[in-house]
Amino acid sequence: MENLTLLMAGFSNALTLQNLLFALIGVLLGTAVGVLPGIGPAMTVALLLPLTYALDVTGSLIMFAGIYYGGMYGGSTTSILLNTPGESSSVVTALEGNKMAKAGRGAQALATAAIGSFVAGTLATGALVFVAPFIVSIAIGLGAPSYFAMMVFAFVAVSAVLGSSRIRGLASLFIGLTIGLVGLDGTTGQARLTFGQPLLSGGIDVVVIAVALFAVGEALWIAAHLRHGTPPTIPVGVPWMGKDDWKRSWKPWLRGTVIGFPFGAIPAGGAEIPTFLSYVTEKKLSKHPEQFGHGAIEGVAGPEAANNASAAGTLVPLLTLGLPTTATAAVMIAAFNQFGIPPGPMLFQNEPVLVWTLIASLFIGNTMLLALNLPLAPLWAKLLRIPRPYLYAGILFFATLGAYAAGLQAFNIGILLLLGALGYMARRFGFPVLPIIVGAILGPEMERQLRRALQISAGDPAALLSEPLAVVVYTVIVLFLAGPPIVKALLRRFGRGGPTDGPRAGGGTDDTDGYRADESTVEFDAFGTQTSDGSARVIRVVRPTQGRRGK
Amino acid sequence: MRSRRTAGTVVLAGVVALALSACGVTSAKTTEAADSGPIENLQVMIPNAPGSGYDVTGRAAVKVMDDLGLASGTEVTNLAGAGGTVGLARTLTETGNANFLLMMGLGVVGAAYTNEGDAKVADATPIAGLIEEAGAIFVAADSPYQTIDDLITAWKADPANFPVGGGSSPGGPDHLLPMQLADAVGIDPTAVNYVAYDGGGELLPAILGGKLAFGASGYGEFLEQVKSGDLRVLAVTSEERVPVIEAPTLTEEGIDLVFTNWRGLLAAPGLTDAEIARLVDAVTAMHDSAEWKQVLEDNSWTDAFITGDDFSTFLTEQDTRVADVLKTLGLV
Repeated sequence: MENLTLLMAGFSNALTLQNLLFALIGVLLGTAVGVLPGIGPAMTVALLLPLTYALDVTGSLIMFAGIYYGGMYGGSTTSILLNTPGESSSVVTALEGNKMAKAGRGAQALATAAIGSFVAGTLATGALVFVAPFIVSIAIGLGAPSYFAMMVFAFVAVSAVLGSSRIRGLASLFIGLTIGLVGLDGTTGQARLTFGQPLLSGGIDVVVIAVALFAVGEALWIAAHLRHGTPPTIPVGVPWMGKDDWKRSWKPWLRGTVIGFPFGAIPAGGAEIPTFLSYVTEKKLSKHPEQFGHGAIEGVAGPEAANNASAAGTLVPLLTLGLPTTATAAVMIAAFNQFGIPPGPMLFQNEPVLVWTLIASLFIGNTMLLALNLPLAPLWAKLLRIPRPYLYAGILFFATLGAYAAGLQAFNIGILLLLGALGYMARRFGFPVLPIIVGAILGPEMERQLRRALQISAGDPAALLSEPLAVVVYTVIVLFLAGPPIVKALLRRFGRGGPTDGPRAGGGTDDTDGYRADESTVEFDAFGTQTSDGSARVIRVVRPTQGRRGK
Repeated sequence: MRSRRTAGTVVLAGVVALALSACGVTSAKTTEAADSGPIENLQVMIPNAPGSGYDVTGRAAVKVMDDLGLASGTEVTNLAGAGGTVGLARTLTETGNANFLLMMGLGVVGAAYTNEGDAKVADATPIAGLIEEAGAIFVAADSPYQTIDDLITAWKADPANFPVGGGSSPGGPDHLLPMQLADAVGIDPTAVNYVAYDGGGELLPAILGGKLAFGASGYGEFLEQVKSGDLRVLAVTSEERVPVIEAPTLTEEGIDLVFTNWRGLLAAPGLTDAEIARLVDAVTAMHDSAEWKQVLEDNSWTDAFITGDDFSTFLTEQDTRVADVLKTLGLV
């Protein structure tokens, strides 16, 4: 309750005209840099830092927090509309969001993303107020074995997005793991797959990989089919979310928040893994799993909530320990230091007014972002009425700009085109794209945690089970994998219904639904957008359709 | 229709302009002949991500130079990659550009070896060393080790089971410190079980959670945690004691090792003596200002200003020392 009083005091400080102006500038700038690929919130805060020396501490920190939250909103816009994720945390949003946009439901996708971000941001900021000290004490107890267990869990969850052809799905996953290997080995400093090229020694930026596979791959695919006639312009649907959209969105928003917040709060959590887990969860729980890969609104609502909740979560270690867990948080620490306020375990005691004003302004910034983004959603969605050849030329321009900005290297554009060609081949031969990205994100992190755990234990594998959370996670994995078959076997044995009555297992039972769904969406798929999990099917149905068009 | 396309073009042009002004490197190479007046269009390259140590130092230095009118139209660019080697390589391509500075430090010297690039620190033009930061040996408050002696004894007994953490990859300062410490107390550096973390943010919870026997980092990295009593410093690696931390130096404890991380500025190769002198003068004026003293104080940095031949000699010394350690470890 004391926190609540302090928070109210924070609101009364934040609600001055000047601070509201800073918050507004922050969210506007944040949204703008979120939309531009390659320029993240970290860069923006760093650029603005020298300009804020003249301002007061509270005002500038409020502005920085606005940029941080704004970047999370803006990143989803290009993901949904252009299939070009601006930040690594909005990669998953592109999967269903862009499908929705192509089906004329861009406004709904943007709206569910905006409202989901608001709901998650607000709830997670609320959680920050009440559970920060509790979460921190847990987070410190987590070591490499726990992180490794979570990565194993994420890998098991990948099975749900491998698609109907397991062998193609696994091939994609291994391509992704190979891409993730590029760079210096963090433990020994040995170069791997860098071909003597220093520009590869830091690895390949995930944003570049995602933009190449999604945007460039798709543009090439569309270009390859242009000789069969100009594809129809994307239809424009109704501008607002319908009743059904709301009904299908609110649970994913809440679940996304629950998944995202803890990942943000733990030091090695990040925002990519929770968005991905949220996507898989929504796919599992959805009443319309067959729509996944064709624009399921749950697949936008969940991950968008998860990435914003994670953004709020990263403020927990930042404000309670002075621990930066993201690049933006690291710049915010630098900002604190510039003002002579070292963030650390004493921050809440030493600077209560500042901290609570900052937290209050996060609520305000979040509300501003919703008010800003919701009316814009239908306007943005109209962008897609541009005829496809021009639209894709614009997307390619944007993708190239983003890849260049990510490292200021022409070399990155080469990588972009190379991986874009890979994305095209994946579409041509029916390999799903999502496992490639998942492999490239999860692989290096999983390796790092495993080696760290084994290094600390001097090579004793028993250490992997040395932390309670790790044991819990492995138990869940075993139940997840072994549970459904056992239940099925028991049911069969006692004669209560056939195997189809058992709960869904590991994604493998989706196949029959998937085929049926495809028959009805042939026209759409033939114009060749990659489904997240069903590309093998796409190939089968594309050929006859192309034949018809060819005449 | 036409109006929409025009609008689109304007938006795209705006995007380009914004992107370029935000982070682009222009290729303007206006060589100023005059020795007086501010250095116009100074380009400062940070070979690391925003928020990193190089970034904070570089941007602070640029701010002071701008405020004092020593430079104008200054542009700061972050070019991260390969532990700073990418930025170093880029600097070497700017041959003859007298308006270009690279922020760098000990980490870049090490990375130039571990990243198998062709770029070597010795190929750039040394301008000035700015600051230094001593390292420290951190343990959690509930660690069994009370003194550096306790720690070394346990370490010697079983180096393999003695995980040592640092916030840098092999070749970086936090890696070089425990390796040199091991060497100084008679432990084979190749036997050191060094666990690399991605910066201080990841390292801190591992020390606090007791996952590591000790953590090595700059002493300023976890100052707040030391003040709050969550962490204990067993020793600092500077020559003299550090005022804010109550801990002995390694030499006081009978270990013959002084280790400091440092940051400084390099310029592009192929400059005339006059051009070098102009950059050195500007940086010297920056260093002598009250504003810079304030920056040092705000960030708890130790002044370690050297220029000219002294800085060249220092760089060569550091280079050799780093190369020796990495050779012992088989990393070069």
